[in-house]
Amino acid sequence: MTLVKTKIGRRAFIKNTSLAGGGLILGFSIFNSCKPKQAEKVAIRKMPKEWFEINSYLKIGENGLVTIMAPNPEFGQGVITSMPMIVADELDVAWKDVLVEQANYDSKEYGPQFTGGSQGIRRGWESLRMAGATAKQMLKEAAAQAWQVPVSEITTAEGVLSHEASGISAGYGEMAAAAAKLEVPEEVPLKAVKDFTIIGKSKKSVENHKIVTGKPLFGIDYQYEDALIAMVEHPPAFGLKLKTYDSTEVRTMPGIVDVFTIKTLEDDFKRGYFDTNAFTDLIAIVGKSTWEVMNAKKKLMAEWEPIADSTFKMDRFGSEIDVEVPKGLESTEAHYERMNEMAAKSGTTVRKDGNPEKAFKNAVKVIERSYTCPFLAHNCMEPMNFFAHVTGEGAKLAGPLQAPSLTGVTVASRLGIPVEKVDIELTRMGGGFGRRAYGHYAVEAALISQQAKAPVKLVYSREDDMTAGIYRPSYHATYKAALDENNNLVAFHVKAGGIPETPLFANRFPAGAVDNYLAEQWEVKSNITIGAFRAPRSNFVAGVEQAFLDEVAEAAGKDPIDFRLELLERVKNNPVGKENDYEPDRLAGVLKLVREKSNWEEVPSGVHRGVSAYFCHNSYAAHVVDVVIEGDTPKVQKVVCAVDCGIVVNPDAATNMAEGAIVDGIGNAMFGELTFKEGRTEQKNFDRYKMIRHSEAPNKIEVHFVKNDIDPTGLGEPPFPPVFGALANALYKATGQRHYHQPFVSQKQLIG
Amino acid sequence: MASFTLNINGKTQEVDVDPNTPMLWVLRDHLKLVGTKYGCGIAQCGACTIHLGDSAVRSCQLPVSAVAEQKITTIEGLSENGDHPVQQAWLEVDVPQCGYCQAGQIMTASALLKQNPNPSDTEIQTAMDGNICRCGTYTRIKKAVLMAIDAQTNS
Repeated sequence: MTLVKTKIGRRAFIKNTSLAGGGLILGFSIFNSCKPKQAEKVAIRKMPKEWFEINSYLKIGENGLVTIMAPNPEFGQGVITSMPMIVADELDVAWKDVLVEQANYDSKEYGPQFTGGSQGIRRGWESLRMAGATAKQMLKEAAAQAWQVPVSEITTAEGVLSHEASGISAGYGEMAAAAAKLEVPEEVPLKAVKDFTIIGKSKKSVENHKIVTGKPLFGIDYQYEDALIAMVEHPPAFGLKLKTYDSTEVRTMPGIVDVFTIKTLEDDFKRGYFDTNAFTDLIAIVGKSTWEVMNAKKKLMAEWEPIADSTFKMDRFGSEIDVEVPKGLESTEAHYERMNEMAAKSGTTVRKDGNPEKAFKNAVKVIERSYTCPFLAHNCMEPMNFFAHVTGEGAKLAGPLQAPSLTGVTVASRLGIPVEKVDIELTRMGGGFGRRAYGHYAVEAALISQQAKAPVKLVYSREDDMTAGIYRPSYHATYKAALDENNNLVAFHVKAGGIPETPLFANRFPAGAVDNYLAEQWEVKSNITIGAFRAPRSNFVAGVEQAFLDEVAEAAGKDPIDFRLELLERVKNNPVGKENDYEPDRLAGVLKLVREKSNWEEVPSGVHRGVSAYFCHNSYAAHVVDVVIEGDTPKVQKVVCAVDCGIVVNPDAATNMAEGAIVDGIGNAMFGELTFKEGRTEQKNFDRYKMIRHSEAPNKIEVHFVKNDIDPTGLGEPPFPPVFGALANALYKATGQRHYHQPFVSQKQLIG
Repeated sequence: MASFTLNINGKTQEVDVDPNTPMLWVLRDHLKLVGTKYGCGIAQCGACTIHLGDSAVRSCQLPVSAVAEQKITTIEGLSENGDHPVQQAWLEVDVPQCGYCQAGQIMTASALLKQNPNPSDTEIQTAMDGNICRCGTYTRIKKAVLMAIDAQTNS
């Protein structure tokens, strides 16, 4: 048992009547497999007459039903289910008695509410447990007072308080009113891992029933009386800005209400890290229906002009930096030429161990390989959109956001109102993958509503979404390894860069395993905006490093898993340097587990097998990919995955997440590519941007978790980056070809 | 603008819209049936799949004027309480991640099962290949389709 200091605010406990709270609650149900209608379900559950709010995370009805708030925005990672599971476990309530509500933007109550960096469960772990444990403690104290027995003699299970000696028991609902009046305890005990009853037991998503019956859940579904539809026109190319436009014809078109320009960020606006936006001058078209506005947008006459070189200030989490934006219309061809030039020169040294120059000079074998990847678009299935209603009273917004606490500040600043006047309802997101951490579209919606003096739902077309920027950057990395006469890895050199950022992680494996190590980086400025994309930077370096190590192992005549394990053993026993930011045992652990579960040594006939392992976002993942040749096309038949993310809160949902990461990795490795010509993306929709499809997904995916009692770490990102490497290594076995450039199947080959 | 009488989910609905308006936007903007999703607008992603009669069609490419008296079914009308075998299988397998594409996936799968109660693996793949799932839930979708086939066969 652990005692923790409570950090829950001593807020006034509010009694909510069912009339006030009930309407909201009725919309939620976790009875996914029940046949009765929604109304009947509610009747079965006997909604409480009164809710007693114990803290900002939960309220208990007099009949024992519990409403738990899901603090973080949901984009498919499952936190709307797994976060309340953590609260419910410490509360000791039966999961069937739990209703879940998505919290709105409220930094004071819920902290940053940030969905990104695979940090939700890791950062929320303690506060969520504390919320449940605090409420349980207050219920116990209420029962102790009512029954005149010591609180230490009261036990709880599945929403029932019991005093064994006297044989008295009561449901939580009976004590909720009294508990809500008590002081919040200074410290509360947390459960031991072995006592968890909900954490670690698979629960289905609380929103599945709504999803499969088509209920409004997403921002784009948001309904508001008399809301108008808005679309924006941004420049057709990076490196261009608005010069002038003519809306004469558009204004006469059916359903069109207004056409005007907005400036989303003033030129001197000090941007936050997530205020990325290439196109700050936009034409807004406002009308009565989406189709009418889409048609009008096609008829809009606009002239664009080249941008000049410029610099803007950015607050990079406390330190102010200048971001340079060069003029010009960029192209993919020129990007690769420039990256090759940079790669041929020395970079900036980030880490150096031993004497790499000498070690390479004295080596028996030197292997050197260069790798590249293109820009990628996030392509969330729900295009960017946001609802806003800005009035003299403040701003009411609703929509899909990964970082509401950051976007909320920008919206307030841009509207010139206090942040307290910005109310944001967090809708379920139709995917995010990093893209929705950049909430410029919410700012746009707010400014359009302000100018149109009306409630407005801004909707991006797919083309707007794919051409608006904030992409995964294009990267380049050169790896060099030296082997001695005994095939030991004696020197390792990585030089990595990109447009416009480097993907280098200098202190990750194999740093620490090699006596002579050099890590260098370089960057090339660009006016194409980039942003976090599922496991930023790792999504490139993991794959290429793991493909390179496969070649080194082959050159050394060693099994690729044994080769990695030998290096990890070295890190464990005698690490080089002190900055290595991974635990060698846990990285070795996922390799060993995947070796066992995949029957690594026993490769079935016709199957070609590749392996990889990587650490990022505090978790460890390894994959074994099996490729077969169907006709003359390689096809991923099966993937076996091992993950160490500590305690797994919701195992089947976690498995789903890893399966998705694997499919996403295969898709992007094989097909993902956004190319540029004269500043324009050559792909604007799914006809030319190839996404992985059903028939290209593996037939089978197995996910295995390392079992331990370590506090949980992230899962949305870690299984994604290593897929690229395991796939490249399996393809090599299948075809004899190494893949140095992503995507492995080029768009030209696909589309002709 | 023109007036159209439509048969949607067993109900007669009147709309007054431009005849070229795709059914997707008639459903979403005019009838507030937002379960049918906008994904690409060019019939490449399948998020907007509905049933026209018994066939799965991309509603973003179906002008309202082409519908006439044909019956339209959307995800909201696939079953009364979410108890269609395909929906039940989706719940059982816990398919969704973000969930945005899943209405389209379910409408494609349910049309396939109606027209071909016992499809081969290849037929399933061919039918489902037009529906993109960005989260990559394809292996679960396939499992759910097979489960629904089983449930339908054994009922």
